[in-house]
Parts: sequence; C-alpha cells; structure tokens
Amino acid sequence: MMRKVAIVGAGMTSFVRRALETPKELSYQATKVTLDSCGLTLDDVDCIAHGTAPDAFDGLHQNGEYMVDGCGGWNKPTMRVYVGGGTGIHAVVHGWHHVASGLFDTCLVVCEEKMSSALPHAQAFFLTIFDSITERPLEPNLLWIFALEMNRYMERYGYTKEDMALVAVKNKQNGLKHPASQFSEKVTVEDVVNSEMMAYPVSRLDVSPVSDGAAAVLLASERVARRLTDKPVWIEGVGWSLDTAYWATRDLYYPRYTDTAARMAYDMAGIREPDKEIHVAEPYDPFDYKALHHLEGLQLSPRGKTVELLRDGHFDIDGNLPMCPSGGLLGVGNPIAAAGTMKVCELFWQLRGEAGQRQVPGNPRRGVAQSWGDLMQVSSVVVVGN
Amino acid sequence: MGILERNSRNIDNRCWNPGIKAFPVKNVYTAGVAGQRFFEELKENGKIYGSKCEKCGLTYVPARIYCEKCFDHLLEKDWVDVGIEGTIYSYTLVCKTKSGGPKEKPSIMAAIRIADGLLIHRLGDCREEELEIGRPVKAEFKPKQDRTGSIEDIMHFKPL
Amino acid sequence: MEDTIKVAGGTGLTADDIKSGKIFLTEDSLDCAYAWDTGVAVNRYLAELKQGKIIATRCKKCKRTMLPPRLFCELCFIPCSNWQYVQDTGIVNTFSICHVHWDATRIGKDEKPHLPAVIEIDGASEGMGIMHLLGEVDPEEIKIGMQVKAVWKPEAERTGSIIDIKYFKPL
Repeated sequence: MMRKVAIVGAGMTSFVRRALETPKELSYQATKVTLDSCGLTLDDVDCIAHGTAPDAFDGLHQNGEYMVDGCGGWNKPTMRVYVGGGTGIHAVVHGWHHVASGLFDTCLVVCEEKMSSALPHAQAFFLTIFDSITERPLEPNLLWIFALEMNRYMERYGYTKEDMALVAVKNKQNGLKHPASQFSEKVTVEDVVNSEMMAYPVSRLDVSPVSDGAAAVLLASERVARRLTDKPVWIEGVGWSLDTAYWATRDLYYPRYTDTAARMAYDMAGIREPDKEIHVAEPYDPFDYKALHHLEGLQLSPRGKTVELLRDGHFDIDGNLPMCPSGGLLGVGNPIAAAGTMKVCELFWQLRGEAGQRQVPGNPRRGVAQSWGDLMQVSSVVVVGN
Repeated sequence: MGILERNSRNIDNRCWNPGIKAFPVKNVYTAGVAGQRFFEELKENGKIYGSKCEKCGLTYVPARIYCEKCFDHLLEKDWVDVGIEGTIYSYTLVCKTKSGGPKEKPSIMAAIRIADGLLIHRLGDCREEELEIGRPVKAEFKPKQDRTGSIEDIMHFKPL
Repeated sequence: MEDTIKVAGGTGLTADDIKSGKIFLTEDSLDCAYAWDTGVAVNRYLAELKQGKIIATRCKKCKRTMLPPRLFCELCFIPCSNWQYVQDTGIVNTFSICHVHWDATRIGKDEKPHLPAVIEIDGASEGMGIMHLLGEVDPEEIKIGMQVKAVWKPEAERTGSIIDIKYFKPL
C-alpha cells in the first residue's frame, strides 16, 4: 500500500551563467534554504534522492558522489538518478518512492548542474550521446535533433517560427518576475525571430541558456507533513517513460514518451480530463517549441490546436491554463537537472499562494510538472495538488 | 603497447575514432566561495585555513562554507589559521604514470592530517626510510611570485 | 503580494571577473580516446555500406524492416535474423540548416552550413529513418517529403562507415 507523500519545503539558488560556487556549494545553498523554509535540520532528514545530468558538464565523473555532502547526504541513505534532462523531475519521482514505500518519513530531493565548467561549450559534450557508430561520425550537434524535431512539428501543423517565438516571449516575460532568474531583459517576437540562426528553424533566442544552479524540495509522509505545515502540497501522481533510442525511427512531431508518462501520472491522480482538472502547468521548455510539443503530450492541448490557444492567451498567467508561470527554462535558466526541480518548486509555491508577482490567480489547486531528456526519449511527470 | 592499442588489436569489426579524431574538450573549475578565500590565503600569505564548526567541534581543512554533519553555515568568524604543519595519516609510493607506464622516479603521495581535515599532497625533500605514519610534516611553499592560487602553490610537505 | 520563495547562493561571475585573474580557476582535459566494437548487426551494416549497399533486418513478428539493422526487435523483443537489402533512396522526414559545429563554434564565412536530415529509406518500414546529411542542394530548396538518393564515396575510399555515404542529394 502506497503512502501519501507531500512536498513541505522548497528552495533554490539563483540561476546564473557562471557561478563562483562549486557544485557542492551550489547544492548546499539550495538544500540549506529548503530545510530552513520548513524549519527542519539535517537531523530530520531520513534520506537523500539527488540528481545531476551528464557528469561531463561539471567535469566530475561520479558527480553524484562528489556533491553528496552538499546535499546533506553525509552518512545517510543517498541515491542518485539520471535520465539526462529528465533528471530534475525524475529525482522527485525517485524521492517519492522513498517515502511512499514506507521506508522513510522524509526525503530531501536535490538537483544541481554546473554547465559553465564545460569548454568550449556544454553543447560539445553532447556529441557523446549519439550512437557512436551509426551517428557520431556525422559530427552531430545537439541542436540538430531539436532542429529536426522542431521542423517536423511545425511542418505537421503548419506552425511558423513566429508562433514558436511567442512561447519564448511569454516565458521570458514570466521569468522577469522570478527572483532566481538569469535574465533581466524583455524580448519581443522580432527579437527571437531575428536572433542568430543556429540550426534552422532554431534561432538563438528559441533556446534556453547554459546555466549553473541547484534546486531542492523536501518530501514527507502524511504524518510528518501534517505536523510540519498546514499547507502541504501532495504528490498525487507520478509517471515516467523512455521511448526507443532509435530516435530517427519514430515520428518526431509527437512526444509519445510524454503521453505515456502523463497518462501514468493522471491515472494515479484520478484525473480523467487533464485539460480541465489541471490549473497550472510547467512543461519542460528548453526550446520554445518544446513547451507546446509537451503540452500536447501532456494532454493539456489538442494536437495541432496549441498555437491557437497560445495566441488566445489560454496559457498566460491569467489564462485558463497558465503555462510556465515560473518563466521555465527559457525565462529562469537551464541548469539541466536543477531546472526540472525548479518547476516542482514553482508548483509548490503556486499551490501555496506564495509565488509573489508570478502568482496564478484563482487559488490553483492542481498542477503538473514535466521534464524531458536523454536522446529525445524520456519524460518524467509529477502531478501535485492541495 | 598502450592499453587502447592492445584492446583494439586484431579486431576486424571495430570502429576506430570515427569522424572526429580527437574530442578536444576541457573543463575549467572555479575554486568556489570557500576555495576562493582558501587559495587567496595560500597564495598571498602562505597560510592554510580551515573552518571550524563550533557545534560539532570539527575543523575542516581545506576550509568550507558548511559543516557536512550539521549543515550549519560556516561564516567568516569560523575561519581558523591551522598552521602549515600536519602529520602523515597515510602515504603511498607511486611507481606508475597516470596511463600505467613506468615512472622514472617514484613520487610519494600522502594524506596529511591537519586539524580534522585530510589534505592529499606530495611528500618531498625526504628519503623513503623517513616515511612513517604519524610523522610530523611541514608545507614547503613555492616562492610567492610563482604562486597562482592553486593547491600546487604548496610544492610538497617535508617530514620534520 | 510578498514573494516568499527561497533563493540563496548562485553568485554570478562575469567574463570580466574571469579576465581579471582574481577568480582562481583550475583547468583539466580528459585527453582520452575510445574505440567501440561495432557489434553483430551494425558490423554487417557497415560491411554492406562498404559495398555500396544498405541492409536492414526484418522482424518476423511485427514485420518491420528496420534501420539501422539490429540483432533484436526492441518492440517484440525477439531476435532478428532476416536480412534484407533496401534502396539507397528515400524521403526527407525532417531537416535542419545548421550554422554551428558540433562544439558550438560557429561555421566560417566560407563554410557551407551543415544539412542534417532524417531520411526515411525506401524499402524499410514506414517511418524508419536514419540521420544523415543532405548535399548538392540549395538549403532554401529543401522540403520535407523531398525524394533523395545516396551519394557514395568512390569504392576505394570506403572504410565500412556511415560516412561511406557522403550525403543524400535530391532525386
């Protein structure tokens, strides 16, 4: 029998292009502020679930082991998960297991990424994720797969670059109100469309930045949660899925992995009509088109109608289904694993009415966060409610 | 013969460094908040600093910004000059190079106990016979103008 | 409304901070190389490429003709032992025009952009694409759904590699 699991605390570092802090120190800052947020100390923590994406970014192989003391893992049961960009939410799912199983009453979930360590550019290290024999000799670049997917997605529904740019504009606008955001400038559709062409159809401002940062949440069993707070945010459903790594052999216009993961999470949460029952969504948005792509996979928007809804303000903070009120990866920053966890932090704050200027009106009671990664094949989904 | 060569010899169906011959990437590491100050002291003043957690009674060397046991923030006031002497906690004679080849002259690597910390460094200016666990050692620094704010600003530790 | 969210740390450094030399940095590179065994199925694939042919495997259960060929069908999870030649033509499923090298450095003024594409190979099951490059085409002219054909390296230069096909060009 699974136990109920609540989020009782959340915290993060500022997301920055290049941090002075070491990966351990970033982890410590996010973890400490999370503990402080719910008045706990390390003694109250039973176990740690932590995550970072490719070790190559931090340049520390076994980065999970390296950062463990910064995550509060000293002498505690600690386990790292890794599913590339999906790690940030997958780690929360992983932490949920620890508490739902009855094995532990509290679990700290900490994700960190320090991408500035990687030279000449973090992107270079992605060369090694492609099939070493059938793909790597072509000297692929990470942008290729995004560009290929974005092009396929746009072609399928007749979307334009301007349509996609609307997401970047909206998310970056939301991000301006996030105290941890890496950005301070508003952008327009023209800015996005006219920014440097990297890999058609991907321009520079279609892409989230390279960032350093960490984020954490504290999970607790119902008994502990009720003692700690009168505003617990419950994890009502979790889901995850990996599609085949033969990525070129499945049609890229639809994220099947997100569909599968979302349905698993909704089933657990007893949600039948996600577009009506979800009040706030944080789909993974490393690229602007990805937010829309994922909204469709999350069953929050009919396939091919998403741009129409976007243009109608459906996904604005005061719309029917606010999307990425945090600003997302495009608006806050994208320290890979930490970015996913940041989305869960955002839902925690939104559902408690603590999101300040970004607060979604109307007391949202249910939210979904999703992250995505590996070779365009994994999704991790968390549904929360209060 | 290198390990790589050995492993790939006599294999017909291998795929050898396809496309890109090398993978010229590197990493650059910041010293961090604590490291920034720790190396500043090493470079400018030839001092080794630790940070003390009053609650746990532990002095970490090198200094850190937090106590890993109780998670207290270690602040400016918690920094302590721990001197430049320590004792050999353990040591090893390194006879092979990084890639496993023979090394002309063995080097001696040691874990050196300073306060409650362990610093990994070389032992130098000594004979093998002098090595003994528990023996006091002292840091020998590079001349100030050659220091860069790195652990290499200490040339080695010398047995006393 | 009060923003009560908790943020600490994440001290940003600027390029000037780095240039000033006041920030202590340590550099390292891995300086290592890998060699991969190509495995059973892909080894045959490469050997056939060297002959100027593309070969796929067929799953007897789901009837998919799969590229790249594989020892097992990942959907049915049974071994694949049926080999089948496919054409060296196909259609562009999606493409990009890339102005960035693999390491994110920008391509030079005189360099042509890279033209990666997913190409659905004729003779393989629908949707069975491989990633490759396009060539002999004006980037502006590329269209999804376009028919293309492999341009092979001269036989003497082929090594048994995916790049024995130089690129695919419009038919």
